[in-house]
Amino acid sequence: MTDQITTDPTKPSQRMRAGSMTLTFGPWIVAAVLLAVLPFIFTNNSSITIMNQMWITVIFALAYNMLLGQGGMLSFGHAVYAGVGGFACMHIMNASDFFAALPLPVLPVFGGLFGMGLAIIVGSFSTRSAGTVFAMISLGVGELIAACSVIIVAFFGGEEGVSGDRTYAMPFFGTEFLQQIEVYYLISGWVLISAALMYLWSRTPVGRMSNAVRDNPERAEFLGYSARWVRFYSFVASGFFAGVAGGLFAINYEILTEENLNTTSSGIILLVTFLGGVGFFFGPIIGAIAFTLLQTVLSLQTELWAFYAGTLFVATVMFFPGGLAGLMMMHVPVFRLGKARVLIRPYLKTLLPALIGILGLSALVEMVFHVRHAAYGDDEMTLFWTTFNSHDILPWVIAIGVTAVALGITRATAPALREAWNDANTAGGSA
Amino acid sequence: MDLILVNIIDGLVTGLLLFMLSAGLTLIFSMMGVLNFAHASFYMLGAYFAYQISIALGFWMGLLLAPLIVGVMGAGVERYGLRRVHQYGHVPELIFTFGLALLIEELVQFVWGKNQLPYSVPDVLNFTAFSIAGNSIPAYKIFMIFISIAIFIGLLYILTRTRVGMIIQAALSYPRTVEALGHNVPLIFMGVFGVGTALAGVAGVIAGPVLGTFPGMAFVLGSIVFVTIVIGGLGSLWGALVASLLIGWITTFAKSYNIEMADILNGIGIGTPENLDENLFRDFWTITSPQIADILPYILMVLILIFRPSGLFGKRHS
Repeated sequence: MTDQITTDPTKPSQRMRAGSMTLTFGPWIVAAVLLAVLPFIFTNNSSITIMNQMWITVIFALAYNMLLGQGGMLSFGHAVYAGVGGFACMHIMNASDFFAALPLPVLPVFGGLFGMGLAIIVGSFSTRSAGTVFAMISLGVGELIAACSVIIVAFFGGEEGVSGDRTYAMPFFGTEFLQQIEVYYLISGWVLISAALMYLWSRTPVGRMSNAVRDNPERAEFLGYSARWVRFYSFVASGFFAGVAGGLFAINYEILTEENLNTTSSGIILLVTFLGGVGFFFGPIIGAIAFTLLQTVLSLQTELWAFYAGTLFVATVMFFPGGLAGLMMMHVPVFRLGKARVLIRPYLKTLLPALIGILGLSALVEMVFHVRHAAYGDDEMTLFWTTFNSHDILPWVIAIGVTAVALGITRATAPALREAWNDANTAGGSA
Repeated sequence: MDLILVNIIDGLVTGLLLFMLSAGLTLIFSMMGVLNFAHASFYMLGAYFAYQISIALGFWMGLLLAPLIVGVMGAGVERYGLRRVHQYGHVPELIFTFGLALLIEELVQFVWGKNQLPYSVPDVLNFTAFSIAGNSIPAYKIFMIFISIAIFIGLLYILTRTRVGMIIQAALSYPRTVEALGHNVPLIFMGVFGVGTALAGVAGVIAGPVLGTFPGMAFVLGSIVFVTIVIGGLGSLWGALVASLLIGWITTFAKSYNIEMADILNGIGIGTPENLDENLFRDFWTITSPQIADILPYILMVLILIFRPSGLFGKRHS
């Protein structure tokens, strides 16, 4: 057995090149500064509420992507881990003696531990295989626990949920978290910590093996790694961070209900993550920010926001499976080649009409909706800051005309954009 | 005894209805290897289309036309949606059908609103067929049973006795070889997808008047249909039948007999703890079978997946 090939770690050429553990600090410092400065830019209370929700979704989506993006496991019941973590935190809040001796910023750790505990139990049997079987078990377990929330009232509080008061915690350096802004900084701190931890996790050998198992479980097994245990570790870690997100939810809203557990929430987190892009670490962050904005801003404007979100989701799956992050990263080679300038004009020519066309389409959708569902006699509707009678012919002619022309221009200029794109991605050439 | 007979009929109706959905879904799965999350949405579309048609042309035209429209839509989804996403792999396919289910629900709310529609049993079938010890059995239930059984026999006949069925079966196992023999396999896939969704449409047409036609109807039945085909074994038609009937009967019986968890636990020799109100597990002790009737299928599925991942009749371990 002397001719067996062995690696010698002392020789640089044979050293295993795992992902380096060093963290490039740049983006993290920018993120930290941004998190600290944002409340000074958007000072009113409602935007701070939106940002709180956004950062909680960021943690949850990143945790979810540990499964979907990095481990290749599609879960339809991940809200359960966040929910159970949140409920556990709620009960800790209500256990007054213990809570009075606990600084509030530590509370999400307990949420994480409970989420992790549940993930250990479920993961012990669900991670045996990936793919469809895993997805089905996650769906089944998700439905089971969501249904239990109405039956097991002692823990889940039945229909009205469990509520508490975060201010009973031990003051943290004099802060009692009475105000929204104090909670904002608590959540921001946790976003930074958990995002950094999750990033570091993806650089560890376990995180790397998780990628390998996603791509080719058989080969990973031949290398001597148990695909099942690699999946299990990712699952448990993801459960922990989902629980942290749940704990932050408990602190922010001070109430948890069945809604935090059910399949709808699980579906939304899948939507958020995929929209942002599962292929890159920062994808879910973009997805969470975009989706929360869509949800809060658009839902103020129109009743149909869920319809638009659904359309956007299906369009993403069909045309841009890389999500928003994938779209952004597509442009990196262009910038490397220094040819970004070639793209500006074709982009303007195609995307501007496309945007107008999409707005026109949504105007048509809104008008159809108004004609069908508004109360009888209520013919007035307001759209894009103009008020008109939706039963007149003129607004329809304008909307259809603008949409058709804009989409026509988009169609006409699309080939030029494709050519410019190819040109921008070729080194040298005519530029 | 009489009550048992009534429950058997009720369970049979539920089970056969489930089977009409799960038959299409399991065929689609064995063909393309992807679970169609939007399957129950086509069931919902069937009910809504049938309602719209029944206003103008009556119930029977609805029964005839709505499944056809749904089938064409299903084929279109396969041709222009799934086939495109297929190149990205299985997980995006699952996510696509999931998004489609969301989108169809929103679309239905957009067109028909959020309230339940007044889609009702046709007058011809609105009478009592017979009664068992004072429990009347409506004729519509008997009609549902007959339609479902007729469809099952028809499906079995086409799949096992006709040339088309032979080609489909061959295409399921050896698509490459069948293609080499000169058959258009993508067309077969599209056809099977269309027929599967049309079956779901039929189920929607006949279930709409009884179970209610509202935007949540797909969600209510959707996950149960997955549970059914997972329990029966993915890709097995007989498994789908057995699992559908099993789930139909289990839920019906659990709902009509009030069994408390305390009785079961006492029965196997565990005493009820004193001062139950203080106990941590008090809710566990007072669980009754109607309470958990709707989650029994999920419990069954998780147990099956743990102990027999290929399902009751499944041949392969996916």
